Amino acid sequence: MLATIGAPSLDALIDEAIPASIRRPGPVALPAGESEHDYLTRLGAVARQNRVLRSCIGLGYYDTITPGVIKRCLFENPSWYTPYTPYQAEIAQGRLESLLNFQTMVSDLTGLPVATASLLDEGTAAGEAMTLLHRVSPKKLTTGGVFLASDRVFPHTLAVLQSRAEPLGIELRVLPTADMTFDEPGIFGVLLQYPDERGAITDLAGFIATAHAAKVLVAVATDLLALTLITPPGESGADIVLGNSQRFGVPLGYGGPHAAFFATRQEHVRHAPGRIIGVSVDVHGQRAYRMALQTREQHIRREKATSNICTAQALLANMAAMYAVYHGADGLTAIATRVHGLTRALVAAVTGLGVTQENPHYFDTVRFTLNAAQAAAVRAKSVEAGYNLRHVGDTGIGVSLDETTSLADVQALAGVFAAAVGKPAPAVTVTAGDALPAALRRTSAFLTHPVFERHRSESQMMRYLKSLERKDIGLDISMIPLGSCTMKLNAASEMFPVSWPEFSRMHPFVPADQAQGYAVVCRELEAALAELTGFAATSLQPNSGAQGELAGLLVIRAWHADRGESHRNVVLIPSSAHGTNPASAVMAGYKVVVVASDTHGNIDVADLKAKAEAHKANLAALMVTYPSTHGVFEDAIIDICATVHAHGGQVYMDGANMNAQVGLTSPALIGADVNHINLHKTFAIPHGGGGPGMGPICVAAHLAPYLPGHPLAKTGGDKAILPVAAAPWGSASILLISYGYIKMLGGEGVTEATKYAILNANYIKSRLEGQFDVLYTRPNGRVAHEMIFDLRKFKAAGVEEGDVAKRLMDYGFHAPTVSFPVPGTLMIEPTESEDKAELDRFCDALLAIRKEIDDVVSGRADAKDNVLKNAPHTAAQVTADTWSHPYTREQAAYPLPWVRANKFWPSVGRIDNPYGDRNLMCICPPMEAYES
Amino acid sequence: MSYPSTLKYTKDHEWVSVDGDHGTVGITNFAQQQLGDVVYVELPEVGTTLTVGQPFGTIESVKAVSELFAPVSGTVVEVNTALKDRPDAVNSAPHDSWMIKVQLANPGDVAALLDATDYEALTH
Repeated sequence: MLATIGAPSLDALIDEAIPASIRRPGPVALPAGESEHDYLTRLGAVARQNRVLRSCIGLGYYDTITPGVIKRCLFENPSWYTPYTPYQAEIAQGRLESLLNFQTMVSDLTGLPVATASLLDEGTAAGEAMTLLHRVSPKKLTTGGVFLASDRVFPHTLAVLQSRAEPLGIELRVLPTADMTFDEPGIFGVLLQYPDERGAITDLAGFIATAHAAKVLVAVATDLLALTLITPPGESGADIVLGNSQRFGVPLGYGGPHAAFFATRQEHVRHAPGRIIGVSVDVHGQRAYRMALQTREQHIRREKATSNICTAQALLANMAAMYAVYHGADGLTAIATRVHGLTRALVAAVTGLGVTQENPHYFDTVRFTLNAAQAAAVRAKSVEAGYNLRHVGDTGIGVSLDETTSLADVQALAGVFAAAVGKPAPAVTVTAGDALPAALRRTSAFLTHPVFERHRSESQMMRYLKSLERKDIGLDISMIPLGSCTMKLNAASEMFPVSWPEFSRMHPFVPADQAQGYAVVCRELEAALAELTGFAATSLQPNSGAQGELAGLLVIRAWHADRGESHRNVVLIPSSAHGTNPASAVMAGYKVVVVASDTHGNIDVADLKAKAEAHKANLAALMVTYPSTHGVFEDAIIDICATVHAHGGQVYMDGANMNAQVGLTSPALIGADVNHINLHKTFAIPHGGGGPGMGPICVAAHLAPYLPGHPLAKTGGDKAILPVAAAPWGSASILLISYGYIKMLGGEGVTEATKYAILNANYIKSRLEGQFDVLYTRPNGRVAHEMIFDLRKFKAAGVEEGDVAKRLMDYGFHAPTVSFPVPGTLMIEPTESEDKAELDRFCDALLAIRKEIDDVVSGRADAKDNVLKNAPHTAAQVTADTWSHPYTREQAAYPLPWVRANKFWPSVGRIDNPYGDRNLMCICPPMEAYES
Repeated sequence: MSYPSTLKYTKDHEWVSVDGDHGTVGITNFAQQQLGDVVYVELPEVGTTLTVGQPFGTIESVKAVSELFAPVSGTVVEVNTALKDRPDAVNSAPHDSWMIKVQLANPGDVAALLDATDYEALTH
């Protein structure tokens, strides 16, 4: 490979790719790598330091039974967890169908017609609801306004809401719903919880009608399992319904990852945050799924996007959807009825002891009040008996039951209360009846679509999951060369511990002494990330890269404010930045000023200096990706960072390309103050088909005091900003993957990985240049870990970048990144995980496509009816009795000999994107549509 | 497709047809070609006040979104709601697919706009 590249050695190549001025002076100070066996043995001992009690804490997190078939065939299956976000819809029909099932399930259960394909957690979903209501408010507020939240909303949700409201100038007022009035002109929206934070169920319809009459819109946070038994908020008039779908078969994981759901009215769909899956048709007229209405999203609309969300929680949304598919409406209702019956049995037993239960109507969560001595006794005895309850003040005890609760558990809990009040344990019996408000019993049908009826046995579910996975390209099919996305190996030994019960069954709000295993992992991972970034401290809380950006900017904002410089409100962002950057800056209350790129793809330093100077009085920060989104280590970076500092700003480094830095340079060495790390890129968390991700931030010492805190756990600095995520350590369970990656590779291994990533990129460049034009390199011709190939010169012949992307599918490959950051180009990132044979296969495919382009350019192939324009080719098309194209079926399906050995058949032809956006349908189409 | 001489044009690729103190506004053939397949047009409500050069709505294709800029100042008196269901009309007949009708605040605004010849030159 080095001979092809023309470099004498790997280290010589690295010296050519990275400027000497920013090279790390010595090796990283991390221990040597452990073998997979040694690591898993040691981690087993760490896991046992977690003490997993039965959780009755509730607050949006409930233990659940992941059906074995879903655990084995989906959760732990690389065909489901390794694919990327389904931008290339023709090779993603499996998970798109499943995400459409998720939307249908959410729409049915919440009683609203439009649902999105997941948000990061319930807290951020509440934040998105607030900003959506602000945008669509009939009061047409341009800025500010007042948002009301019930004091019966979960405390962590309220904290995230406040974190989102404050930078936008929205005043959040938390008060009892009974005290809410809507006369004030600035009030635009309300957030309620149903059942509420203490488990009580009250009728919302009257309240919502009053609010609507005053032009105030209403969002409701809720519980999907409860909605199988009680009237959905959508039927009570709610404008948005949101919550956490975790209890549909997704492990607790000490806080995540889980998929939050979000549903709204049809008229608000263009304002909805994040991914929406829609139905369209392909070129053959058959039904096909795709991501719809992408113009709402940050990668297109940038600072005017509806949200900064990029990575969502696709894998977990798919698990929740399959849980609903497996259980069906009656199965879910039976689970809910059983949980409710056990809760009633507990209430009967405990109130029989003379203890007060506060909720007149409830589903699975109740609130007992005792005197302080009794409450203290319950606390001690419950832990002794193996249960975590929710303790509120000195006298309140909340108990939430779930799918895993047995009659024996209820008996044990009743015994705890009996002992605390000094009485004998009562007999526990489940009786007929319910404790639901008579007027709020659910009457409407849900999950009536046949998909929720046809896969109710393990045999059928196993086959359904397989039928879907066969439609998608993941890393188990071929390399995924997505530039900027770092589709590296997600090693099995890194993944195993995520499923271990010591890690997966832990509630996020357990007492710290029960989570000592997690504490070891978090502490060591924080230290390792700080060492690799050169920074002083780490926050593991942000749930995605975009959320890391927001967290980092809020930390910078708090630092400026603390220094009496809260007027600083301008953020400089290069034109080549990821769309999340400007979208996050707006959410942090900043004004975006765009910096131009020069003809070599670098930041235009003169323009940057001029703009830093022009805005020096108000300069808050620069957001910069390094190496740049153009795939180059820019020499000017130190000068750029120094300029921003000289004008009073801070430097936020977007860590999307951190994979090219680890061990060789660092954000601290280039002069940044804070960066986020996409653990799902550089540190091996799988992309999950569109999430989960994790975006921890690392900061220099002066910013460490501001790292985000949490109302229910000690985390962050001593001047901590409000939480950016619902759980204290974000999606804690998948931190194990990055922890394993670092521990098993060690300091030397993570550095070698970076070198091989750069080697692989320069190898692809050397093999393809001459046939394809590389857009940007360093002056010496080297690229970093990725590169951009320019296809614009073929446009005159009618061949576009999209045609090349779709044609690669016929060769069995996922396309590179299309038209980012430069329209008309492909950006390729091989990562260190691919060997020469796979890189050669990929290069051979692109070189063969180059010949196919030549045939079109030269006129040998028809300008419109050719292998590129008609790609991808389906099996149905190639095996049809009629074939009318001027090229052969073999050219269509087997363009190179090795394609036969492992042929991947795209399940649909080229999808009609305009049709899908003009005829939006984002729930499962009616059955007639399947039969046609 | 040629640019009708009966229309006036902006550098932002809107056209306006003026009849006395009323103007009818749409986007040009060049604009629709740049956008590609139009899937959505967001237009203001009747009664909205427009300022020349300021955004009055947005137009979306599958992969792009662009603001619509007012070619003249005035008040919106009519909105082409048919575009909601047939946004593709902007692609097939851009110069016949009007978006809004405006009561002009300053009929003199029109003098600053381009004629068909100058606009066509701008797009080359």
